[in-house]
Amino acid sequence: MISVRPGRVAAVVLRHFYLIRGSLSRVFPLFVWVGIDMVLWGFISRYLAGAGAFRFSLVTALLGAVLLWDFQARVMQGVTMAFFEDVWSRNFLNVFASPLRLSEYLGGLVLSSVATSAVGLAVMLVVAVAAFGLSYAPYGVLLAAFLLVLFLFGIALGIVGAGIVLRLGPAAEWFIWPIPAVLSPFACVFYPLATLPGWMRPVARVLPPSYVFEGMRAILAGGHPPPGALAAGAALAAADVLLACWLFRAIHRYAVRTGLIARYAAETVS
Amino acid sequence: MSETLHPGVAPAGAAVGPAVLAAEGLRKAYGALVAVDGVSFDVRHGEIVGLLGPNGAGKTTTINMVLGVLAPDAGRVTVEGLDLAAHRTEVLERINFAAVYSPLPGNLTVAQNLRVFGMIYGVPRLAERIEELLGQFDLTRFRDTKSGVLSSGEQTRLSLAKAVINRPRLLLLDEPTASLDPAAARDMRERIRRFATGGTGGALWTSHNMNEVVEVCDRVLFLSRGRILLEGDPRRLPAEHGKATLEELFITVAREPLSLEQG
Repeated sequence: MISVRPGRVAAVVLRHFYLIRGSLSRVFPLFVWVGIDMVLWGFISRYLAGAGAFRFSLVTALLGAVLLWDFQARVMQGVTMAFFEDVWSRNFLNVFASPLRLSEYLGGLVLSSVATSAVGLAVMLVVAVAAFGLSYAPYGVLLAAFLLVLFLFGIALGIVGAGIVLRLGPAAEWFIWPIPAVLSPFACVFYPLATLPGWMRPVARVLPPSYVFEGMRAILAGGHPPPGALAAGAALAAADVLLACWLFRAIHRYAVRTGLIARYAAETVS
Repeated sequence: MSETLHPGVAPAGAAVGPAVLAAEGLRKAYGALVAVDGVSFDVRHGEIVGLLGPNGAGKTTTINMVLGVLAPDAGRVTVEGLDLAAHRTEVLERINFAAVYSPLPGNLTVAQNLRVFGMIYGVPRLAERIEELLGQFDLTRFRDTKSGVLSSGEQTRLSLAKAVINRPRLLLLDEPTASLDPAAARDMRERIRRFATGGTGGALWTSHNMNEVVEVCDRVLFLSRGRILLEGDPRRLPAEHGKATLEELFITVAREPLSLEQG
């Protein structure tokens, strides 16, 4: 049984809160880039809508999709950023030689991400709704399911990213930032899965976001998501979270076996 | 060796009390390099044990194994009878450490660091405990100062305040006074000595300052090439091996360990 002491989880969250509270350079990225993305895609959507006749709102289709994709990326970065703070401050030995369990540590990273990604989501919604009239009304209650799937997958990506940096060293953070961009062609954010060539489709089908964006397009086209498709996406996302936790635990065990954590403190791993 | 090493058995001259730490047959190799080879020792309540040896002798590797951040290839670590491998969290709740190479995050203030680590260690009445430590370690005026801008001596005091925040049964100190001036180092030794003798905790201490070791430690273990070469009272050990001072003995351990093994 996994035992979690809430006070320890809260300590990880509190550390991140302290860092964000006193730092403009940490506060700005929470909303500036996603805000700019909303403005950019808002104008693109408005321009394309004027260039042709569509049966659905392009703002809802394009800007709405970008907003959800950015939300997922913010969730992932929320986890990795909180983890990187320990990398940058050489805090691994203090953290991993303490009674903190891995489940508590990861739980703290996830809760930190919930807080930071909620800020990003709120800013994106304000900009998209106020400036471009974005409405998620066509999706109804399914919007909550879309957000849940993307949130879970973002968490899974964040934990995997943290594991990669734990295994490969601080310089590996440059592998982590582009992960959302690398996945986006497979996630079918802007086009149907059927558009992809044969070899890309199996990859798309194992990525939970593809079920979300396929479902969104189905609704905008006047139909419904295929029965069970969204549930499959949610199940995949939940499985990905479990898989990511398992991977992080395996990497941590490797790091304890090889002395990686102890040497990490001295930054001898590159 | 001047003493036979059996975990759980107190050597002559050492503080009498049950073992807080027992390390049995610890071994760690990195490929062909054996960093620690069959190391066994114990630390008793109220006792400060010095872990000495030249660079690369295996001191930090041993401490890392006791801290649970490095898994031994063989052997086991128990703290108050609890096996570290089987009860990691329970064991780590009972110990704490300060190491010159592991400062607290410099981007948090002194009080924030103590709060975060106090919560991680589950310290009861934390606010009260933080005030107590700020006073004890002369850190009150730095309460809201970012740890990263403190002098090395002030950072060491903060590391030690964090190291005792949970009133550990076992305190691990890896060269805790390495960056301190003589006055600050003496002050720190007294604080640690008070901790070890005044409570129920024991301490394992590494240092390259032999005068400090003589002043502080009840017992020392000399490591060489991953093995314990000598063990005993730091005030008597040099004479037992025909040396005038502990420093002379240290140099012999570093340069001619075989002469001591054969002796």
